[in-house]
Amino acid sequence: MFRQTSRLLARTTGAATSRRSRAFSTDVPATPAQDSNFIESWKKVIPNIDPPKTPSSFMTPRPATPASIPSKITVNFVLPYASELSAKEVDMVIVPATTGQMGVLPGHVPTIAELKPGVLSVHEGNDVTKYFLSSGFALIHANSVADIVAVEAVPLDHIDPALVQKGLAEFTQKLGSATTDLEKAEAQIGVDVHSAMNSAITG
Amino acid sequence: MASNGAIPFWRAAGMTYITYSNICANLVRNCLKEPYKTEALSREKVHFSISKWTDGKPEKPAIRSDSPEE
Repeated sequence: MFRQTSRLLARTTGAATSRRSRAFSTDVPATPAQDSNFIESWKKVIPNIDPPKTPSSFMTPRPATPASIPSKITVNFVLPYASELSAKEVDMVIVPATTGQMGVLPGHVPTIAELKPGVLSVHEGNDVTKYFLSSGFALIHANSVADIVAVEAVPLDHIDPALVQKGLAEFTQKLGSATTDLEKAEAQIGVDVHSAMNSAITG
Repeated sequence: MASNGAIPFWRAAGMTYITYSNICANLVRNCLKEPYKTEALSREKVHFSISKWTDGKPEKPAIRSDSPEE
């Protein structure tokens, strides 16, 4: 029993020191497709049966942080009902963060940004694809993978300008006549979203 | 932890992020051009039945077939 203790202790301290020797906590190593510790321990105890597959072996491994800055970022743009872009390599994306339009190039510092209603533009060579996002988050990882999640995203030509103007007028009027905090907040949201849509289609 | 200081106005009014996000999404869907608008609204329709329980027994269930509310 005590022989096991030293092995277990050595394993935990070994793992801790190897973690401390890495440069940044945001640098991501490639995830292994199988857990080697588990497989070794399994083989020692039950050598005749194949080790079962663990969840990590079903997932595509996470790409490692490359040593030099890659030339393209990989964008995963997902919505609750569809995956708009899945592992697409592009030159740059501009996301509408709450702190302003943020351009993301390969090698961007890892960031988590909350998005406000606005335009997401994906630049690939000379092509620019624009979507209007309702709100969401952008997660940029150290290995130049950007995950953008939004609840609703539409290409700009799916938006009807007449309805936007009508909505803007209606919510501006509601903002003026709102009494409770909640009504004011809802009217303010309406004004923000409609004016963002307005500047997206006219800008 | 980065603390941005200013609390967003919707949270100050007692609204959660998910409510805010759903309101924004609904507003965007309502401003779409015709074929896309009906697709989006029909995609978001929910249909569920809800029943309150009292004293360990369910009461009569109510079926709701609303388009999602804020």
